Amino acid sequence: MSTTLRINGKTHQVDLPDDVPLLWVLRDEVGLTGTKYGCGVAACGACTVHINGEAVRSCQTTLADVDGEITTIEGLGTPKAMSIIQQAWVDHQVAQCGYCQSGQIMQAANLLTDNPTPSDADIEEVMQGNLCRCGTYPRIRAAIHSAAQKMQEA
Amino acid sequence: MASIGKIARRTFLIGSAAIVGGVAFGAYYVSRPAPNPLKPGEGEAALNPFVLIDQQGVTLFAPRAEMGQGVKTTWAALIAEELDVELEDMRVLHGPAARAYYNSAFMADALPNRGYDVSDFQHSIGEVLGVLGRTLNMQGTGGSTSMKDGYKRMRQAGATARETLKQAAANRLGVDRDQLKTANGMVQAPDGTSMSYSEIALDAAKLDPVESDLRPRSEWRLLGKTQPRVDMIEKATGTAEFGIDVRQPGMKFASVRMNPRLGAGMNGFDATEAQSMPGVEKIVDMGDGVAVVANNTWLAMQAVEAIEVDWQEAPYPPETDQVFARIAEAFDDEPNSTMRDDGDADQLPEGAVELTAEYQLPYLAHATMEPMNATALFEGDKLTLWCGNQMPTIHQWKCAAEAGLESEQVEVHTTYLGGGFGRRVELDFSILATRLAKKMPGVPVQLTWSREEDMRHDFYRPGAIGRMRGAVKDGAAVLLDGKVAAASPVAQVMDRIAGLPAGGPDKVHVEGFFNPPYAIPNFRMSGHLSDISIPVGFWRSVGNSFNGFFVESFIDEMAHKAGIDPMEFRLALARQEWAPAAGVLEAVKEMSNWTGQTPDGVGRGVAMCYSFGTPVAQVIEVFDDDGNIRLNKAWIACDMGLALDPETVKAQMSGGMVYGLSAALFGEITFANGEVEQGNFPDYEALRMSTMPHTEVQVLETQKHMGGAGEPGTPPAAPALANAIFDLTGKRARRLPLMHDFNIWT
Repeated sequence: MSTTLRINGKTHQVDLPDDVPLLWVLRDEVGLTGTKYGCGVAACGACTVHINGEAVRSCQTTLADVDGEITTIEGLGTPKAMSIIQQAWVDHQVAQCGYCQSGQIMQAANLLTDNPTPSDADIEEVMQGNLCRCGTYPRIRAAIHSAAQKMQEA
Repeated sequence: MASIGKIARRTFLIGSAAIVGGVAFGAYYVSRPAPNPLKPGEGEAALNPFVLIDQQGVTLFAPRAEMGQGVKTTWAALIAEELDVELEDMRVLHGPAARAYYNSAFMADALPNRGYDVSDFQHSIGEVLGVLGRTLNMQGTGGSTSMKDGYKRMRQAGATARETLKQAAANRLGVDRDQLKTANGMVQAPDGTSMSYSEIALDAAKLDPVESDLRPRSEWRLLGKTQPRVDMIEKATGTAEFGIDVRQPGMKFASVRMNPRLGAGMNGFDATEAQSMPGVEKIVDMGDGVAVVANNTWLAMQAVEAIEVDWQEAPYPPETDQVFARIAEAFDDEPNSTMRDDGDADQLPEGAVELTAEYQLPYLAHATMEPMNATALFEGDKLTLWCGNQMPTIHQWKCAAEAGLESEQVEVHTTYLGGGFGRRVELDFSILATRLAKKMPGVPVQLTWSREEDMRHDFYRPGAIGRMRGAVKDGAAVLLDGKVAAASPVAQVMDRIAGLPAGGPDKVHVEGFFNPPYAIPNFRMSGHLSDISIPVGFWRSVGNSFNGFFVESFIDEMAHKAGIDPMEFRLALARQEWAPAAGVLEAVKEMSNWTGQTPDGVGRGVAMCYSFGTPVAQVIEVFDDDGNIRLNKAWIACDMGLALDPETVKAQMSGGMVYGLSAALFGEITFANGEVEQGNFPDYEALRMSTMPHTEVQVLETQKHMGGAGEPGTPPAAPALANAIFDLTGKRARRLPLMHDFNIWT
């Protein structure tokens, strides 16, 4: 039952049943733990990754469903080479406990690809699926606006 | 090397020890010296370092749980302030579970005073009692205590390290120590010579530590100013390690199902189907539950769900209405405490108008974003444990007991916490991981709960009932007589941790009930304890979370009865009692431009609560959106006395409010058949980006003592919102969550 996956530009062979959600393939098999388990029912967004650039909930995407290039938070940037959006998160000191932030950032990155200059209402619409129990929403919103501006300048 | 003889006479002594390539500064615990205080033998003195300097540079230790409140950064800043190093050049570690990392502020908070009225004498007594925290082995994070605890001690650690390094440099240069200066991790001589701390660390290790006075606030570089958080880059790049991210060579993944009828046992189980499911390696009888070990967490969760289990019956009434009927029975017993009894509350003052109200609040789950988990490795004479936790020394002790080992044989690695809120004070996840690891010697095993298992096996905020009676006369409150009934988290935690009964008045049960900073001449507040055995624990702000609602909802009802604007009514009561309480009300009044009038379709409410040393006032504004109630704006003011990191305080105040608002709108844990009915976020909603109000926070520093930050934002949130909804609709919320009685926009 070997499956071939492309993750963050690298090829991985995994040997797990077809119905295992991508979340648990990434975390327990490939060792990419930046993508988080929060609810398992697509209600919190902590597990958000990109497949071919589109944000998906990896807890609801089975191994059999994966069709394309996967990008996780680790593929978006690294501590020494952060993406513009990750840098905006640092500039705005967004995180508290930080557990939901990988998913928030992946969702926000997709938002900015689709809509480079989102309004507050656009941000609320797209980000409402991502739960943060620490309540960091105002800083998330500010970081998205500031990343949008930086991307326009870049 | 430090002289250890002084320890018996001193409560907190900074010692030092030579390490490979350098020196460590820290605190000793026991009084017998060891040849190597970093690795002491039995009964020998351990040095638990706060500062470690070797050839790689400077490492600071912040042995408090980082659960989002920024403690790692501010704790390190306390040391760095005196040590003259820059935070971005430091490595900051949590360090091991250690007795010398005791929390002195825990015991100080247990004194039976009102908090805001403590004299300097009582404050000193509190600090001395803090030594008990050490002897009781309480390394812990909670009760909004970290900054009160670390404020003096960590600056002392930094100052001692700095002066000792200067002495080492002075000896080498043949000059007086006071001719030298320090900055940016370097000692500088008047002739321009400079040397790094690493260069002189080996010399410093040979000296007795040199004590120094602490710098006055006017000379601070870091404290009182916002610092970039040291954990931010890790958390923005997915590289921060939470308990659930621990990976060890050869590690197995497991999941568990314990009896959903909390505290009851198991008659038996049938794992035939689970046995043959993919990835499954082992089925384990956990005593009152079952676990599955597999090669993948999800496969373990699927298999553990497939086990058929015969559970025993709940040891408490199985339905929600029966649970609350049982809690109400506590009113029939003598109160556990009457910590406020001023004037004559039995007599209605002449000419006064009386009013009464009863409020009921639900059980609540913590619902941290990271479900409970722990990783354990049992190797016969050693247990290694990895988890996010708020009490490492207690976890060490209880897991040692579970494994049949001594505490010294247990190594606890504390990771980042994906939310704490009081949930990770508890020990269940580590004990279960230990139980499982013991069945698999030599194999590291990570035990992760499903979200449903997490929500259904919490130590809940207790369901609570408040019965209030009051009287108003000439526009003021002249009588307040309240009774609260709920189960006691303190009594249960004492039993779970130490197997000891809690004696005396339970202050935590009535915090925010007996001590609101209002001058009311006839004022009596009693706490009734229910012995109902549904597990309860410390939920962000603990007793204040329900008492704040009872008091601030009822004060609002009294204001309306008196025909006075609820802001002015509170201000009059607070001004006579404690100026900082009035100060935070004045602040939100100004911020929100409160006039007492709102346009049609808009409602505003105010609440002020004093908890964990900090008065906090909030104004919430709601509006009618086509028949649905939406949150629009929130204004928060707090008086910290001293705000060591103002932006972190603002983040905590805003986040604490969100936690309280989420619960007020949507949060409840109910019971059917003895089992918790909610299992996942769709049944236990919270504020989201789209429902979050626009929020402004103002941080004041007028009061005498330093207040806590992590919890005080929570208690005023629910009553301020309920009061706003009353202003909008004319209907009082006497029970929560609000979604049952009002149309809430989602």
